[in-house]
Amino acid sequence: MTTGFLRSEFFHNYKRSTSAIVGSGLMLFFAACVLIGPFLVTQNPYDIASLDLMDSYKPPMWLEGGDSRFPLGTDGQGRDVWASILYGARISVFIGLVAMIASCTIGTLLGLIAGFYGGVVDSVIMRIADIQLSFPSILIALFLMSAVGTGVDKVLIALTAVGWVVYARTVRGSTLSEIEKEYVQAAKVAGLPNHKIIRKHVLPNVLTPLIVIATIQVGTFVLIEASLSFLGVGVPITQPSLGLLIKNGFDVLFSGLWWTSVFPGFAIMTLVFGINLFGDFLRDELNPRLK
Amino acid sequence: MMTNDTQNPLLAVRDLRTYFHTFSGTVKAVNGVSFEIGEGEVMGLVGESGGGKSVVGFSVLGLIDEPGKIEGGEILLDGQDLVTAGEDRLREVRGREISMVFQDPMTSLNPLHTVGRQMDEVLRLHTKLDADARHQACVEMLESVGISQAAERLKAFPHQFSGGMRQRVVIAIALLARPRLIIADEPTTALDVTIQSQILKLMRQQIADKGASMILITHDLAVVSEMADHITVLYCGNVVERGKTRDLIETPSHPYTRGLIDSIPDTAHRHDRLMQIPGSVPDIRNLPKGCNFRDRCPRAQALCAQQEPVLTKQHATLWAACHYPLKPGETA
Amino acid sequence: MFGYLLKRLIQMTLVLWVVSVIVFLMMSFTGDPVFMVVPIDATDSEIAQARRLLGLDQSPLVQYWRFLTSLVQGDFGQSYVFRQPAMTLILERLPATVEMVLVAMVMAVAVAIPLGVYAGANPEGRLSRTIMAGSLLGISLPGFWVGMVLIYLFAVHWGVFPSSGRGDTAELFGLRISLLTWDGWHHIILPAVTLSLGTMAILLRMTRAGMMEVGRQDFMKFARAKGATRHDVLYKHGLKNALIPVVTIFGLQLGDLIAFATITETIFSWPGMGKLLIDSIYRADRPVIVVYLMLVALIFVVINFLVDLVYTLIDPRISLK
Repeated sequence: MTTGFLRSEFFHNYKRSTSAIVGSGLMLFFAACVLIGPFLVTQNPYDIASLDLMDSYKPPMWLEGGDSRFPLGTDGQGRDVWASILYGARISVFIGLVAMIASCTIGTLLGLIAGFYGGVVDSVIMRIADIQLSFPSILIALFLMSAVGTGVDKVLIALTAVGWVVYARTVRGSTLSEIEKEYVQAAKVAGLPNHKIIRKHVLPNVLTPLIVIATIQVGTFVLIEASLSFLGVGVPITQPSLGLLIKNGFDVLFSGLWWTSVFPGFAIMTLVFGINLFGDFLRDELNPRLK
Repeated sequence: MMTNDTQNPLLAVRDLRTYFHTFSGTVKAVNGVSFEIGEGEVMGLVGESGGGKSVVGFSVLGLIDEPGKIEGGEILLDGQDLVTAGEDRLREVRGREISMVFQDPMTSLNPLHTVGRQMDEVLRLHTKLDADARHQACVEMLESVGISQAAERLKAFPHQFSGGMRQRVVIAIALLARPRLIIADEPTTALDVTIQSQILKLMRQQIADKGASMILITHDLAVVSEMADHITVLYCGNVVERGKTRDLIETPSHPYTRGLIDSIPDTAHRHDRLMQIPGSVPDIRNLPKGCNFRDRCPRAQALCAQQEPVLTKQHATLWAACHYPLKPGETA
Repeated sequence: MFGYLLKRLIQMTLVLWVVSVIVFLMMSFTGDPVFMVVPIDATDSEIAQARRLLGLDQSPLVQYWRFLTSLVQGDFGQSYVFRQPAMTLILERLPATVEMVLVAMVMAVAVAIPLGVYAGANPEGRLSRTIMAGSLLGISLPGFWVGMVLIYLFAVHWGVFPSSGRGDTAELFGLRISLLTWDGWHHIILPAVTLSLGTMAILLRMTRAGMMEVGRQDFMKFARAKGATRHDVLYKHGLKNALIPVVTIFGLQLGDLIAFATITETIFSWPGMGKLLIDSIYRADRPVIVVYLMLVALIFVVINFLVDLVYTLIDPRISLK
């Protein structure tokens, strides 16, 4: 099994693709930050007791006035920017992943139903999807958040509400072409119940294209969440994601205190860039026609 | 090694090798193919799908793209090598000296340009005619391939034509600059059976009118047997047999050619039931040692697994690459 | 033709109606707007009276009907904050947003198409790989952060561009336009660049993909078999075909620009309708939010319609049905 993978064309191309290696490397780095990051820093930025106002607005350590305890500087409350990023990345990545899983599950389900049963159900689901797709996701999410208020759970709902569509459409398309095929027709004639046909014959064959969509969507969600939080309608102040860190830093940018906003943004950029690099590679590999 | 009597062939291909380098190995699509074609001759290039026929056609025009590459051999047009010629020389040749008709007329025309513009392009590239003269030439050519109201139809887009009509347009484009050689790659395969014979008739007549030569690439021996002066049979990128059409059809000496002929549903060669060649073309990335056809050959013996047969003179005008060729009158 | 237009008109109305339902439903979640209009020390009876005046005491269905009829009549109510018709407020700020979006779009297209064509025509080249990596970075950037970095570098640090506002404007047909003054251009550069990056990257990638896809088509090889140069084949035969998918997403991208303009305007204090929307969300200024959403929905359906028309101009195979 393992040697099979190591000899596969996929792995061969992976080894030769700089972008795939860099991309997966960045993803692994962030996975490590999210999992063990908080153990790497001494300060818990959300434990008031560990903060000292005397440390506020220290620049990054390589600049004059920097402090080696705070490699990327501190914010107005003496909070270590590096520690804030590690904690913030957890929230950003958590939101991106969970919203992706929820979108994927709901979208796939609706797509299967629409494609398999057709008729009115199909029309309703697809019309909703069509209308939704003609509006930018960020606007829909912004609007939903403005109605329901801030909160991690609410961000998850808003992201899922915009994210399911792409899965539903893809899955419906491949379901339609799948149920045309003879073996599915045969299974129908043989009297296999619908849920078994879907689970055994249709589902496994429609999943491959979703891998690419799901990968890239995590990055998209991280960006949307950051934008919402930047506008103040995303996560609450008590659970600052990377986007909220940037917003907080924006307020002091004009005083020249750039590090409190620039570094969190840099973190988002590298995270999403890594995801996109790897997603791009996956797309090329899983969609041979475009090679 | 000559099969035809031409002294100065229009096109001579010698030991052509075109390989494709892919992850799963090198595909030797064309592996040492030689043939010649004289002025005004029609040569049939025959074989099963995947036998490297189209690659020969594209190689002649220098249209092999990555990961493919012409690895060796010569393609002599009037004695001048095209393999080593530069892109500028090749562009002069393409469309002007040698033109090509593709398999699928539905995809070989640009959907966004009018038929007239696509015809005009050839004349702009290869002649010094002014716009009026070019227009006149296009109208005449379109009429000569059997499209009425040609002046009107020039303004139409490809999607407004049927498949057969589009192939007529493609043929018109191929003939427009009066090339000396036309490479027709399965020109009728994508068409309805009823249209096929019309198109073939048209091509034969046009070639005769214009005194051009043609390489007719096809998997269909029945088609070439009606059109070609001589035939080259390809198998796995190699020439397995060649000779004058009549000799090759009536008394083939290679078992593969015999198999192809036996699978023609033709009243003249009727058997009790339609024959077919057992098995399928082997994986071209992983060819066995010896004769490539031996696994499917009823006459194969131990020698066939050890030594690759070379093209040798047989009876009449035939040359075949086989250790145990058929004699006239012998069946497989 | 007429039948097609009628069908599209019905479709567009239907979409706008669905949007109105959703907007209405979501608005009923956003807290009680009555507290936006009554003074802090209002008595219960004053609140009840205000509620009656706003029609909030009636059943949701009746409320929706009133909402819909006033929408149709173009009456979107008064802003709770500005005490002015919400429609007027939005329309005053519309030119600023449109201006910024258009400048951003022109920048995006001007950079994306040539680079995308180049990268699609030479997929293996070093420069192409650099372009593609850059475009991937472009879609990975948080737009608002780019804006902040630009502000820090060009406004705070070097002081070469202003960080906020629209600068001097000139009047044209009663509209205030920045692009007619030097100062206006000076002000619009940073926000427009910020806004254009994402769209630029996406258009670039679409152009490249279209170019590569078209490169595999038979007619491209046939054109080469005619003797056309590689350059001619790519640009005369390839480009137009490659741009068809780009046109398809052009409308969506314009929509994205309008949406992201809300964020860009907030960062650069650009006095457009996007900033007004964000401010209104903070202040729960419902009528303004409703106008914004309905207007943007209208703009989107019109853009989609126009894109379909452009489509038929490029591709002769598609006719209006």
